[in-house]
Amino acid sequence: MIKKVRSHIVQNEPLLFERSSPGKRGYQLPALDVPAVDASAEIGPENVRADIEGFPEVSEVEIIRHYTRLSTYNYAIDLGLYPLGSCTMKYNPRINEAAARVEGLAWAHPYQPEELSQGAMEIMAHLEAVLAEITGMDAVSLQPAAGAHGEMAGILLIRALLESQGNPRKKILIPDSAHGTNPATAAIAGYAVENVKSSTRGTIDVEALQQAVNEDVAALMVTNPNTLGVFEQDIGRIVGILHEKGAQVYMDGANMNALTGIVRPGDFGIDVMHLNLHKTFSTPHGGGGPGAGPVAVKSHLEPFLPVPRLRRGEEGWRFEYGRPQSIGRVRAFYGNFGVLVRALAYILAMGGEGLKRATLDAILNATYIRKKLEGHYELPHKAPTMHECVFSDARQAKRGVRTMDIAKRLIDYGFHPYTVSFPLIVPGALMIEPTETESKLELDFFIDAMISIAAEVEENPEHVLKAPHSTRTSRVDEATAARKPIVRWRPESPGGA
Amino acid sequence: MYPETYRYTKEHEWILVEGDAATVGLTFYAQKEMGDIVYVDLPKPGDPVAQAKAMGSVESVKAVVDIYAPASGEVTAVNEDLSSTPEKLNEDPHGEAWLVKIRLADPKEVEGLMTSAEYQQYLEKPEPEA
Amino acid sequence: MSLRYLPKSELERGEMLTACGMHSAEELYQHLPPEVLLDRPLNLKPGKSEYEVLEYFQRRGEEMAKGLPSFLGAGAYYHYRPVMVDTVVSRGEFLTAYTPYQAEISQGVLTTIFEFQTMICQLTGMDAANASMYDGSTSVPEAAMMALRLTGRRRVLVARTVHPEYREVLRSYAHHQGVEVVEFGFDPETGAVDIQDVERKITPETAAVIYQSPNFFGVVEQASALGELAREKGALLISVFTEAVSLGLLQPPAEADIIVGELQSFAIPPSFGGPYAGVIATREKYIRQLPGRLAGQSKDSRGNRAFCLTLSTREQHIRREKATSNICTNQALVALMASVFMAVYGRQGLRELAGQNVAKARYLASRVPRRFTGPFFNEFVAAPGSLAPEAVNASLLERGIVGGLPLGRYYPELDGCMLLCATEMSRRQDMDQVAEAFAGR
Repeated sequence: MIKKVRSHIVQNEPLLFERSSPGKRGYQLPALDVPAVDASAEIGPENVRADIEGFPEVSEVEIIRHYTRLSTYNYAIDLGLYPLGSCTMKYNPRINEAAARVEGLAWAHPYQPEELSQGAMEIMAHLEAVLAEITGMDAVSLQPAAGAHGEMAGILLIRALLESQGNPRKKILIPDSAHGTNPATAAIAGYAVENVKSSTRGTIDVEALQQAVNEDVAALMVTNPNTLGVFEQDIGRIVGILHEKGAQVYMDGANMNALTGIVRPGDFGIDVMHLNLHKTFSTPHGGGGPGAGPVAVKSHLEPFLPVPRLRRGEEGWRFEYGRPQSIGRVRAFYGNFGVLVRALAYILAMGGEGLKRATLDAILNATYIRKKLEGHYELPHKAPTMHECVFSDARQAKRGVRTMDIAKRLIDYGFHPYTVSFPLIVPGALMIEPTETESKLELDFFIDAMISIAAEVEENPEHVLKAPHSTRTSRVDEATAARKPIVRWRPESPGGA
Repeated sequence: MYPETYRYTKEHEWILVEGDAATVGLTFYAQKEMGDIVYVDLPKPGDPVAQAKAMGSVESVKAVVDIYAPASGEVTAVNEDLSSTPEKLNEDPHGEAWLVKIRLADPKEVEGLMTSAEYQQYLEKPEPEA
Repeated sequence: MSLRYLPKSELERGEMLTACGMHSAEELYQHLPPEVLLDRPLNLKPGKSEYEVLEYFQRRGEEMAKGLPSFLGAGAYYHYRPVMVDTVVSRGEFLTAYTPYQAEISQGVLTTIFEFQTMICQLTGMDAANASMYDGSTSVPEAAMMALRLTGRRRVLVARTVHPEYREVLRSYAHHQGVEVVEFGFDPETGAVDIQDVERKITPETAAVIYQSPNFFGVVEQASALGELAREKGALLISVFTEAVSLGLLQPPAEADIIVGELQSFAIPPSFGGPYAGVIATREKYIRQLPGRLAGQSKDSRGNRAFCLTLSTREQHIRREKATSNICTNQALVALMASVFMAVYGRQGLRELAGQNVAKARYLASRVPRRFTGPFFNEFVAAPGSLAPEAVNASLLERGIVGGLPLGRYYPELDGCMLLCATEMSRRQDMDQVAEAFAGR
């Protein structure tokens, strides 16, 4: 019944600190070619520490085993389908890693002279240009370090634009299906948040929006396709309503994997958006970062972009700093350059046609899963699926099994769970985004697993409620972790290896 | 389950009035909906509170819910035990795990709240949101 | 068109479309409004082979200062990267995992984060550290906002000796939130903070006093006087570091309430400015106002030690507009690089490494004129006197050496000065060349 996994030995591994013993070492420094100095005398004894208490003392052999063993406790895209909705867990091509490690790029200092940085600047300029073409926007800043950071830059741009017109306005409208970063970002940019209810179709209720938009509204933050994986059919009207009142439209580009090559946000009227290079453009998530969140704008917002901007002069690329209307810097230096290299490597490898093919495969995979599972799980919104589909646990909840339980049981079948309980507009949501990375065989295994779990819920709900059964670590007591937080190891800390 | 001597709010707080003093807590229903409660954020003694205004919050692992004052007044005592053992809110919400004591500004305010019977009826069929 | 990342044959695509009741791939998006559809192919070059992609980046790499010794520091440092670091972070199980929301199949990432948090606490003397932030520059405003929440005040003091670009980022964040950022100066003799200026500018409205040590000029600051002033006024003291290797040798400030910094020095490639990893560490009593991811220790249902993300209610996906920050990711893989580096050097090695940095910087400083008298770690401000910094750098470049950072752009009063950095990777013969260039030879 379980086609993808079977049990096998996983080794235990203590923490680095529990492996330590005085005098063990994993390093050797070269001999000094200058006179040694007494640091205490040079810097002042009061400024110099006697010891780094508790710091690891381990050998090289133990280090490689430590991290190798720990790595086996992880699920990863390299191991199989990772259907987290909204996260676009696609294959991370290894050529990207090789490109980012090219010596002249990896060892480039951000302050080395511009004439000795032309290669890196050319890469950035190239990426800005291709992202502008893909989004249909006029200008791109690569500075933001992540999606949420790009959102912040984008909202600050809107604020700066409106301020330059005399009134920054008061609030940002956000659909109730939005990512949590949207309202958090609006708050950080000094705006009040007003929620816009979704229609029964799961998209923005245009009548309600019309009512909500007035001269206090600075912008609408829209995700398109939205977090249900549904394209906002009325996007043209929506943009018109905002623009008519002098407000801007921000697009959260988290779901750009549904649009690349077939639709461009710039063409349907978006003023500013961010992209998640770690989603759409294949840079690795690395267990939670680093990412990159470039922000793309129409020309009326270009003067406000963060400094510095790349400019082409007679002697090559240079950075332009003197931009009086700029929102300033949102990060030191020029952004997550190493991530930019990886994204450009992906785009160069795919080409325009390849990007479009990837989009179509991503939509095909989500549509296929939806088709195969809709008889087994409740599908609350019936509008056509783009890159992800959202079911609810309504049928299983009647047997006392909720979306989180189904997710945990899916682990036993050899898959990472889907996104649990999001978007908030679907109670008990199962949000599934397969991406284009999955073969038909892997999808069929997943579909079999989901159907099998649905049957288990009917026959033996207890078994599902106690899942996962086959993992090295069983369900973790998150309540105790939050009640009595232990966020660092201490020699006397309870709980053995 | 829901003591007759208490009054209840739509946000699932209870209040027990004795003269101008009152004890406030979270209902059994509320803690059950939230699941394992991991943290309770309460006002300090001496803080003013206003009816139907947030005066603190309760957290589970994955949710935060505001606590609204069932009546206006001044906080006279806070259940300090809850900072070290928030799980008591799951175990004994109507008793040992009371949240705050209030000196009421206007005891009549409480008359507008639900009785035990009304609250239980409300739980079965909550009014649609305005 | 590149198909190597797309694991489906045309036959399989056809079968899947049929299963969906469709006849062609175009049907997948025919429900979209026709006016939004792109009516032409993207104007991008055809997909390239792996060989061609690599060649493109290798060529760009040749257009850089490849292989030249350098005396640049100023927030990005050249330290040796142990081979172990890339060996570990190249493992697909670390590289291609998502944020560890599902603890049962994420113990690898969670354990390394827990160890990371612990090592940062040990280095900084703090009780709690988050799982990392975007970088040092963005950690500063996040720490400042933390102080605003904790004090309920709207004003922060920041030293002019904090990295200039970090201060720019702080201003970008603060400006739109109506937070006042006031800068205080430095002593023109020592290069350390001007404590009298702090005394003049601190008020009962000040939420935080932010300083950096070693500061932007490389000078080691004395935290005690700053701590006293902050405490008197009920403000928090925030200490910033950009050179993490200094923590191997320098006593962490016991007076600080929050320590924030940049970990690039811990085996993170300079990579033209990123990705790096910042971190925020603080006292236990402030932990609920700490932004960013946190891993905590607990047990699984079988009673075994297990780790999970914890105190998530601080974060945007739950508290939305009331969250401590809008930050969503940490920099897990970059923090893992730093962790492996810390494990490799360890308790003795990091001290020894820091000691070598001091020795190298002393040697370099003994051969060129210094601008400030304050004690320094591995960088310092040099004053070439009659020669302009740009001329010194040009002369060095002729010898195949990248010089220091001219400071006039950031500090008009230090026009004519440059920041020089020496690390364990700086060779004596190259430092001798710097001395020659300073002497106009």
